[in-house]
Amino acid sequence: MRAGLASIGAAVLGFLAAIGRVATFTAETISHLVRPPFYGREFATALVQIGFFSLPVVGLTALFTGGALALQIYSGGARFNAEAVVPQIVAIGMVRELGPVLVGLMIAARVTSSIAAEIATMKVTEQIDALVTLSTNPMKYLTLPRVLAATLVMPVLVAVGDTIGIYGGFLVSTERLGFNAAAYLQNTADFLTRIDIISSLVKGAVFGFIAALMGCYYGMNSDRGAMGVGRATKSSVVAAAIAILAANFILTEAFFSA
Amino acid sequence: MIKLSNVHKSFGPNAVLRGVNLSVDRGTSLVVIGGSGTGKSILIKSILGLVTPDVGTITVDGQDITRTDRDAFLARFGMLFQGAALFDSLPVWQNVAFRLLRGSLKKPAEEARAIALEKLRRVGLGTDVADRLPAELSGGMQKRVGLARAIAAEPEIIFFDEPTTGLDPIMAGVINDLIREIVTEIGATAITITHDMTSVRAIADTVAMLHAGKIRWNGPVGDLDTSNDPYVDQFIHGRAEGPIEAVR
Repeated sequence: MRAGLASIGAAVLGFLAAIGRVATFTAETISHLVRPPFYGREFATALVQIGFFSLPVVGLTALFTGGALALQIYSGGARFNAEAVVPQIVAIGMVRELGPVLVGLMIAARVTSSIAAEIATMKVTEQIDALVTLSTNPMKYLTLPRVLAATLVMPVLVAVGDTIGIYGGFLVSTERLGFNAAAYLQNTADFLTRIDIISSLVKGAVFGFIAALMGCYYGMNSDRGAMGVGRATKSSVVAAAIAILAANFILTEAFFSA
Repeated sequence: MIKLSNVHKSFGPNAVLRGVNLSVDRGTSLVVIGGSGTGKSILIKSILGLVTPDVGTITVDGQDITRTDRDAFLARFGMLFQGAALFDSLPVWQNVAFRLLRGSLKKPAEEARAIALEKLRRVGLGTDVADRLPAELSGGMQKRVGLARAIAAEPEIIFFDEPTTGLDPIMAGVINDLIREIVTEIGATAITITHDMTSVRAIADTVAMLHAGKIRWNGPVGDLDTSNDPYVDQFIHGRAEGPIEAVR
């Protein structure tokens, strides 16, 4: 009994300590925003790597999801003669939830893992130590550019994902389900509100921040050796995905609770 | 110039440094020898501030390293890492000129590139490698690039962490000669860590042996063979039998 309580206590303490370490890491990352120097070239490279090169995976994910969503809503709606709501539900579903969440999770898979593996490898091969000896703060040089780039570029990716997702629903609805194209677009535009779009973009920014931060945190705190790099990569993706889903719930509550 | 007083460092239950006292005079080349895992790398990382000692003080020119301006302090140092630690994503010349392209020593890109090419030439590498990525170079060439990066900003103090490990004897000889020439040429203070006794004799003015977390012996390289210390004798002759326990 006592041993069981002790192990639960140790797990809780470990969890709280981990949250404390991530919070400290986050505060340090943000503090570098207002402390020069700022590495513009690294920021630009991160923008291209995270933003531009993620477009194909974001586009394909959104396209197929939008199409599947239209089919599901049509078949589900048919049970109570509500097939006509496909444009509205596809729009609201993609913009409020599926667009930001799916893009966030795809970025966690593609970008968080890549950042964690790169930084962890740099740590294992003493490149992080080398940066310090070359008078370069690794948090400024590696972490801030990636986190800032992901935070700024994710709303753009989410906007692209939302648009392509709606287009996927539009394609399926007009080509397969017999919807009128003009009426579909009109219904979509009429139904979406400004808060839907704002919430989507804010979620994108928050998810981008989380995705890059987790990659950097686990990379910087990686253990030695190939196993350490692998563990850091895996942990970063798991932590980013869970944090994104938790943040999504909190943001949805904040934006849309009655 | 560099002075360590009673420096202790532990990692959990593992006490690596247990009261290191060591002085390095300006313009001299000290080589630290000792078995694997005796804390030689931790010693130089402590001086650079990459590792914080638990106890003890480290001063450079009489100034406690924990109370100096970090950037100005590090600008005085160059370091060649064991695995070269070149930045994979940057071409060779940008690795060499890294410090000259950013921070307090920043120069225009053309000037930084010219300095990088000159330093590459100094370590025996041609301009053809300048635009290659580090992964395209052999281990020996990477070490040379690391050496060029260490001397690019003409530092006052240079650290070499096992500069010849993993190199063939000929390349190891080339690197040893380069280190000796460069240290003499720019008048730098150097601390080198190595297991390689050929390197010790080629590079050192003075030698310190680290054993069981303390400096076991310290003296001129010329006295190494007549130290009358059984630990030093065993190490420099590579004997399995002796006071240093060998794992078989």
